[in-house]
Amino acid sequence: MRDFLFIIRGGQDRYNQNSPEEMQQHMQDWQQWMDTLAQKDMLVGGQPLMNEAKTLIDGGQKIIDRPLAEGKELIGGYLLIKANSLEHAAGVAKECPSNEYHCSIEVREISPM
Amino acid sequence: MENNNNIDQTLNHLFREESGKMVSVLIKIFGTENIEMAEDVVQDALVKALETWKYNGMPDNPRAWLYRTAKNKAIDVIRRNKHSKLIDFSDPQKQLLTSGYTLETTMDNYWNEDGIKDDFLGMMYGCCHPEISQENQITFILKSLCGFSTKEVAKSFLTSPDTISKRLYRTKEYFRKNRISLQIPTNKQIEERTHTVLSAIYLLFNEGYNSTHADQLIRKDLIGQAMLLCKSLLSNKRTKLPEVYALMALMCFHSARLDSRITREGELILLSKQDRTSWDKVLIQTGEKYLNHAAFGNNLTTYHLEAAIAFQHCAAQQYEDTNWKEILMYYDLLLEIADDPIVFLNRCLVILEYKGPKEALIVLKTMKNTSMLDKYYVYHATLGEIYKRLLNTNLSIKHYERAIKLTQSKQEQQFLKDKIAGKC
Repeated sequence: MRDFLFIIRGGQDRYNQNSPEEMQQHMQDWQQWMDTLAQKDMLVGGQPLMNEAKTLIDGGQKIIDRPLAEGKELIGGYLLIKANSLEHAAGVAKECPSNEYHCSIEVREISPM
Repeated sequence: MENNNNIDQTLNHLFREESGKMVSVLIKIFGTENIEMAEDVVQDALVKALETWKYNGMPDNPRAWLYRTAKNKAIDVIRRNKHSKLIDFSDPQKQLLTSGYTLETTMDNYWNEDGIKDDFLGMMYGCCHPEISQENQITFILKSLCGFSTKEVAKSFLTSPDTISKRLYRTKEYFRKNRISLQIPTNKQIEERTHTVLSAIYLLFNEGYNSTHADQLIRKDLIGQAMLLCKSLLSNKRTKLPEVYALMALMCFHSARLDSRITREGELILLSKQDRTSWDKVLIQTGEKYLNHAAFGNNLTTYHLEAAIAFQHCAAQQYEDTNWKEILMYYDLLLEIADDPIVFLNRCLVILEYKGPKEALIVLKTMKNTSMLDKYYVYHATLGEIYKRLLNTNLSIKHYERAIKLTQSKQEQQFLKDKIAGKC
């Protein structure tokens, strides 16, 4: 098994229009999805990210008080998983409940040490 | 002030009923190596309830409030310990507690009603692990499952808080080292393990029922807790065994007579002199229902027989109406299952009532192993009573005096002195 990083971007706009019940359901979906991964010993870890950010640009010369990319491109969280191949990992990402809110998931293999 | 009293009472009651369940769920989350962590969370939730309710008034659903608070505090503990080695998150379900995506939902899932009940029962079986001494079992049960403070446990067992702390420490160490699994046992083991749990419950009950505490409140508290524990076994289809129903019936019959056993001054009143109108009829009826439920399967236990005997006493309108024949039959069966000197002595007392002192003396003399019995006050009290009825005053007084020396209980001493004086 190799290690992969899911960078999850966007989807917040649509998600935020949810009713509390729908949000609750979404949390349950995440719980179930991640539980499946954990049971298969594929889950390494992962966290949602806070919206606030500072970004250093121009070779550290300049600091801006926001993430580099916002809106649809805002990174909302990441996940570390184990999979057999890039294709396998992408297949896993396809099941991510946040796809429902049109997020994008970048799947990258972590270079082996 | 009245409001504050009300809050104290509700919280006290709630704590007795719910803290054990909360502790059980939290130990499942934090692991048996972190029992104190679980107890601290529950304690914190209680303190917060006390502070908040006194200030804002009682919430609509105090129980839900308490659970929510405990849950939130547990989330805080997880967040604080995410990177520490204290909690083992390697189990897949626990791994989900370490991600912000799943922490709250996973935490919520631990607290569904059925899960809570099962965890509580699992904890009960864990506390009554056969390798933990019975003394330590019931100490730990009172502290962790019944929400007693160390001081209250000490008071219940008439011992010092230090002794209790040591017992608790040893039990926790045992849990920690052996990673006892807190689960309802498999079907193969369930009867045997339930038997150990019932022994602990009955011991707890007797601590309240037979103990010579002047403090009625402690006694009733212990009795109430023992019955609550037994009842929770009856709420699960895997653990509601006939034996459990039998013990529940037995405790109902006994506690129905609780108030008539002791005078206001704390003196014992004999069964023959008890005011039967003061017996709790509802509790007797409840006991009867449990006893009927106990009558399935083919396992006749001591609880079945003891309950049947207690029921016969409850069913007699007057002492003179007691069905000694039936009771003697139960004692015969009881002796077959448990060759116990106390059962033997009690059977002699039944013979005394049923067939008279001569017969009783003959049976008592067949007893082997009297050297051990010689140190037992009931043996001498029985002989005292038999000789008294045989009008052999000298021997009667001799045995009563010996019995007085052998019991520590003031009530029993007084009772025996009254016997000698011919007051009863």
